[in-house]
Amino acid sequence: MKQELTALESSFNQLLETLLIKKLEHEEFTLKLSSEQSQFTRFNHAKVRQTGCVADGSIELTLMAEQRSSSRQFPFTGNSEKDWQKAHQALQELRDEITILPIDPYLVLPSGNNTSREVHHSNVLAQEDVVSSILAEVTELDFTGIYAGGIVIKAYGDSSGQKHWFATDTFTLDYSLFISSGKAVKGTFAGNNWDVASYAAKINEAKKQLNLLSHPAKELPRGQYKTYFAPAAVADLLQMLSWGAVSEADIQQGNSALAALSRKEKQLSAKFSLKENFQLGLVPRFNELGEMAAPELAIIENGLLVNSLVNSRTAKEYQKTANGANSSETLRTPEISPGNLRFEQILSNLDTGLYVSNLHYLNWSDRPTGRITGMTRYACFWVENGEIVAPIENLRFDDSLYRFWGENLVDFTNFQEFIPEVDTYENRKLGGSLVPGMLVNDFTYTL
Amino acid sequence: MWSELKKAIASFHIPADWIGIRAVRETAANRYVRDGIPQANGKSTTEGAMIEVLVNGCLGYAATNSLELESLESAAQIAYKQALAASKWWIYPFKETERPKVVGEYNSPLLEPLDTLSPGEINDLLVRMCRTLKVHDKIVQTTASISTSERESWFVSSNGSEVYQKFISLGTHYGAIAQDGAIVQQRTNNGWQAHCYQGGWEVLRQEHLWQRVQQVGEQALELLTAEECPNTCTNLVLAPDQMMLQIHESVGHPLEIDRILGDERNYAGGSFVSTQDFGQLVYGSPLMNITFDPTVPGEYASYGFDDTGAVATREFLIKEGVLQRGLGSLESQARAGVPGVACARACSWNRPAIDRMANLNLEPGNATFPEIISDIEHGVYMESNRSWSIDDRRYKFQFGCEYAKLIENGQLTKTLRNPNYRATTPEFWHSLIKIGNQDSWQMYGTPYCGKGEPNQAIWVGHGSPVCVFANVEVFGGGS
Repeated sequence: MKQELTALESSFNQLLETLLIKKLEHEEFTLKLSSEQSQFTRFNHAKVRQTGCVADGSIELTLMAEQRSSSRQFPFTGNSEKDWQKAHQALQELRDEITILPIDPYLVLPSGNNTSREVHHSNVLAQEDVVSSILAEVTELDFTGIYAGGIVIKAYGDSSGQKHWFATDTFTLDYSLFISSGKAVKGTFAGNNWDVASYAAKINEAKKQLNLLSHPAKELPRGQYKTYFAPAAVADLLQMLSWGAVSEADIQQGNSALAALSRKEKQLSAKFSLKENFQLGLVPRFNELGEMAAPELAIIENGLLVNSLVNSRTAKEYQKTANGANSSETLRTPEISPGNLRFEQILSNLDTGLYVSNLHYLNWSDRPTGRITGMTRYACFWVENGEIVAPIENLRFDDSLYRFWGENLVDFTNFQEFIPEVDTYENRKLGGSLVPGMLVNDFTYTL
Repeated sequence: MWSELKKAIASFHIPADWIGIRAVRETAANRYVRDGIPQANGKSTTEGAMIEVLVNGCLGYAATNSLELESLESAAQIAYKQALAASKWWIYPFKETERPKVVGEYNSPLLEPLDTLSPGEINDLLVRMCRTLKVHDKIVQTTASISTSERESWFVSSNGSEVYQKFISLGTHYGAIAQDGAIVQQRTNNGWQAHCYQGGWEVLRQEHLWQRVQQVGEQALELLTAEECPNTCTNLVLAPDQMMLQIHESVGHPLEIDRILGDERNYAGGSFVSTQDFGQLVYGSPLMNITFDPTVPGEYASYGFDDTGAVATREFLIKEGVLQRGLGSLESQARAGVPGVACARACSWNRPAIDRMANLNLEPGNATFPEIISDIEHGVYMESNRSWSIDDRRYKFQFGCEYAKLIENGQLTKTLRNPNYRATTPEFWHSLIKIGNQDSWQMYGTPYCGKGEPNQAIWVGHGSPVCVFANVEVFGGGS
């Protein structure tokens, strides 16, 4: 890994240096690298469905001049000569194009002198050992899912002299264990060190839950039920805040579910606090302008919106103060604060209601009122008098975050779980959410 | 490209039963303006090759973004090792017959090439769209974007396949958000990113373009004072731009054979359909005829061959309400033993092909739109998707639309806001009681069909007439 990383870093640095030399006086630029060498092995029925490796990398060069900007993205291979050929062609195209574009009054030029370099080495499985190591533990189970592992690099450089390099070698195993009725237990195993004992323990834990699923499923009528959401389900709800909620631009442009919270027309429970926590160290702190986010940024404190995510462009447009947000103003390393509900109290405090392990396919059903719809999925149970009685047939829910994180929130658990990001659209994503479980009154199920 | 790829295959030193290389080069541009101010002007080029190797019935792959011979050779070695490492654990013993020899070419229809308009002219268009959308001070956001793509793919194999395909596509999107205090409404041109087609600038130059842009702005404003959609069970009339989503989610995905075989259970989900259902299951009313059709000129997911080289043909998936075949590639057909279609597709060179929808179309019926409305005593007519959610077995769904009209005594009357409906898939398709004729048939497309592990977002096309469903639960927004 070390040799490959060195070659890629050297090539990126060379590209950046050459661009700094070629840059004209009135021009500014940013240079972003996203690169990965990943193994993806897909499983079904405890067998291999697809397996392979992807070596990918791309550079995005953004040129700014005369209050205008445009970008070009092209492959980055680590071959300095070939990468420069592509960069040179991109630079020429950008110079030709930029003068005929409209003026952008909110264009933000790179500035500052931030630099950083983080390289996280690891002990992930060798490519040839992935299949046997994973399947040996699950041969008698209906195991399905994906292993994704390898090096991910994010880097940045610009015309003002900022430079960042973030490289990490990690894996995620995102899996489900099914029984013949179609019910399943979901699990994730992630990190930068493949520990055989920890993996075996995760699988054994899941096996215990499978026994609970084997009881006949209970079909519940639509209605409102007291519900415990396990941390993975809370993480799904939390993700919605990155889609038209915590972004300052969305708030300003009529596109945010938290607009009512922002206007102080509504508030959430005093038990709900949310922050960005970069101290977890799992994702780069720099954004698309090389700006560094603070180690921590409070977003919701005791039910009140204390900060939205503001990038420099939004700040310029709406006269706000930027706080290092990324270009899409989405959560990158969110953490919901724990509450007071102890693990052993969960079922007794739920008493009678639903234990929801995971959710599926969430969407705003009415964004301005914060209403979210979605489905229960995997290991969800009916609980009576503090005892798990039966798995449930999946239910559709439709409820507002102003209710379930507001007046109906009973408490969060006093423990948190890290729910890793397993998204692999375009490239392998990093990080995840640190969240507790939560108990909610009268959650609305509709179908 | 041909000679390099063939030379590469000939030079690989691996004892494989079959080797294939699929090289892809795509240049895509995206230009986006909000409130008349440029937000994004970008062009991206990706190129690379996916090498697949069949060893003892086991396929392994390796993908590289370097097309140098030594990179391809190195990738072939990695693919071979991947296949060998998995060979004891392989789910199905594939044969070379699942990758038959095929030779051919496909080109998108094209009248006005993508370089007909300069980046400056495209931005001017987008700025004008934003200005036209801004019909009132209560329009708080206007957006317009145009994306274009030129994608070439070359597929060669050790058993003599040579397929070249060139796809040229153009997608447009524009919309407005209106706000009056706490009331916020959005209106877009037929839903989010629904105008995606193969072709050049002729796709944009539709009749009444500017009237339509203005209408979208006016309807956003109109929704601010519209009545809330009632909570009731009634006749639901869906416009083709919502039928697109309905077909996609509740017919397309459940018929994917890889889902039925369980490949997707950990991510996208399974299906309420089983392999025994093909040829048997009465999926919906006898009016329901759904085709898999990659041959429609200009529809977004048209092609000549899938990404494993299977020849694409039009096939009925559902005929007169009865399930005929599934959306399954040659690999899935071999595994499941049921008929499928040429649908193994990958989003780019860096992902392996999986079962995908391509164009999925609902065939037209006989009724005109006025006839459809005039026959309804009470109902709701809905246009343009704004919210979608369906369970992992593709059974219980809830969809929301941007714009609706009440139907009273055979006439469209009041405008309604926040229209939603929910049902289960079989119940819903059995309630199809009337279907529009060719005049109401419209096709749309989207680049964002997500599926697969590793994840892939791919382009699909859907055509449909206006449809009527009886006794559906409809409801309005929150408070």
